[in-house]
Amino acid sequence: MNTERKLVIEAGRMEKHYWADLWQYRELFYFLAWRDILVRYKQTVIGVLWAVIRPFITMVIFTIIFGKLAKLPSNGAPYPVLVFSAMLPWQFFAASLGDASASLVGNANLISKIYFPRIIIPASTVISGFVDFMISFSMLAALMAWYRFIPDWRIVTLPLFTLLAIAVSMGIGLWFTALNVKYRDFRYIVPFIVQFGLYVSPVGFSSTVIPDKWRLLYSLNPMVGVIDGFRWAILGGSNAIYWPGFLLSVLLVLVILAGSIRYFRSVERTFADII
Amino acid sequence: MIAIKVENLSKKYIISHQKRERYTALRDVLARKAKEIFSSRKSPQITTEDFYALKDVSFEVQCGDRIGIIGRNGAGKSTLLKILSRITEPTKGRVTLNGRVASLLEVGTGFHPELTGRENIFLNGAILGMSKAEIKRKFDEIVAFAETEKFLDTPVKYYSSGMYVRLAFAVAAHLEPEILVVDEVLAVGDAQFQKKCMNKMGSVAQEGRTVLFVSHNIGAIRKLCNKAVLLKNGKLQAQGEVSEVVNRYICDIENTGMETDFAAIIARLPHEPAFKFTGIEVEKHDAGPGMRFIYTKDINIALKYEVMEAKSKLFVVLEILDSEGNVLVESFHNPRDLNPVPKGAYVSRAVLPGGFLLPRVYEVRIYAGIFGERDFFRPPVSFVMETVHDGAADMVYDTRPLQGRFVLPVKWDNVKL
Repeated sequence: MNTERKLVIEAGRMEKHYWADLWQYRELFYFLAWRDILVRYKQTVIGVLWAVIRPFITMVIFTIIFGKLAKLPSNGAPYPVLVFSAMLPWQFFAASLGDASASLVGNANLISKIYFPRIIIPASTVISGFVDFMISFSMLAALMAWYRFIPDWRIVTLPLFTLLAIAVSMGIGLWFTALNVKYRDFRYIVPFIVQFGLYVSPVGFSSTVIPDKWRLLYSLNPMVGVIDGFRWAILGGSNAIYWPGFLLSVLLVLVILAGSIRYFRSVERTFADII
Repeated sequence: MIAIKVENLSKKYIISHQKRERYTALRDVLARKAKEIFSSRKSPQITTEDFYALKDVSFEVQCGDRIGIIGRNGAGKSTLLKILSRITEPTKGRVTLNGRVASLLEVGTGFHPELTGRENIFLNGAILGMSKAEIKRKFDEIVAFAETEKFLDTPVKYYSSGMYVRLAFAVAAHLEPEILVVDEVLAVGDAQFQKKCMNKMGSVAQEGRTVLFVSHNIGAIRKLCNKAVLLKNGKLQAQGEVSEVVNRYICDIENTGMETDFAAIIARLPHEPAFKFTGIEVEKHDAGPGMRFIYTKDINIALKYEVMEAKSKLFVVLEILDSEGNVLVESFHNPRDLNPVPKGAYVSRAVLPGGFLLPRVYEVRIYAGIFGERDFFRPPVSFVMETVHDGAADMVYDTRPLQGRFVLPVKWDNVKL
């Protein structure tokens, strides 16, 4: 940052130089994400295990309830693999919402004392949640090996769907972050949405069980597109994507992400005064 | 060359009179909206008022100047700092900064208790604006300065408070900015460490870099700065050589009453595990508002404190300084008593005998410590008091005031021979 010799501070400056500032503070972004990752795996006693146990137990329960008791179709794949391929993006999304919405209030001492583009903080929590995602992913690989389930060529498209998952998590996470600073009781709503969403989204079951006439409406839940995409890429076979719904989801995600960045920026300037 | 140029700087806050919530809760907003729908009556109009924390402030700081920002609470000092460190944006006007700014007002900001000393050095360095390469280059220097080599890989939650502050300051001190902003609260820790901090500030200034120092403590400003800016109610009151501005500040205090809210002064003190002041009482004379005392009468000061750890060589000290910052008197509560002081609440009463302090403005400082180990509060409790005449009787030969620094009760024996 030694190149920045002269700095003019005036009203509206932050607005004008937003993206340039963001680029300039990229190292801080890296360090905050690094901190969040370090702390995440130091604080919990069982460390990495925690990232493994949670989705695993959820997967077992869902397999028993939806697969064995309700006997929902698994479209050719082993039911645990079907559930786990959806748990991947879902866990990532849920953790991002929770962590991001609490992040600004949790870093209040930073915000009230130092300048940097505030978007770095929720963004770095989302990125650090990505480590959990990678751990879960290796679990999925183990699970697939156990069932001797071999994915086809579509697996190479998975990074694209992962990007989509990051976009959803970031988009909704930013909305929640900003709202949580503005309304301090908003955090009570977040766990409710996460819990509720787990059952509304096709995590424990395939979205093919939804009647066709409702599928477009169902796709208004942006996680439907993400989860369907994951299943399409990982499981292949008869897990066909319902394209109109998927495109609707993608469009919605982009709108949410753009809207959230706009909203976040509009309230960002007041954060230091509110917190 | 100009380091900092502030032009017509204003910062406006909008104060709402309708509600005094510390934060907005969604349920309150929803409840209000619901009320508006269901009742024909409109909710009471929210009246707002503009409040200028800073108004049309302009000044320039030359490179290499050590400039003190003084003013009472609410004068706009912290708003100015916030704008300089870009935490809030000004409403109007502009600031031009030539060079990298680093502020020491956030010593230890972003330190994470779970991370080790090594990890925190990197994190804190990045937060303060250092690049990774820069931190790597200065790493050894930082560690040596902080004297924490042995604990580099220990999480900082196991550090003593002294070690913690040392490490935090060490990172900040190695920023090498062109402009250094320092808030007085930085000066915590033991005496030796404070000296280090002050030396660092001094050397920064000597290298031709600019220091901006914010403090209540007139003595510290006088010692460290060559220039000063006085703020009052958001406006620039005076600027120039430090002695002129400080005198102006003292005059100002005299005219508007002095800070006598000891509870607020105590609340601002840094936390100290072994000792805390619980109250300071100064018995008022009937000599006008604020800390004004008739110079011929005794001044009674009661210091209430709590000792949380039994310590020997505990001292409570009271100092009286003149308006130039020279220590006139230093007085200990129980000199030469080296016995341990048991835990508990105490009160020490001091009587400043009347008739010794000439009618002048003085600064009184109160702090405590363990002799030979450390002082508890730096900066100490500090307030300004003034001793005044009680009428024409104090005048020597009609209107001529007494000269000198003290009144010495010299015994005269006048006999007609």
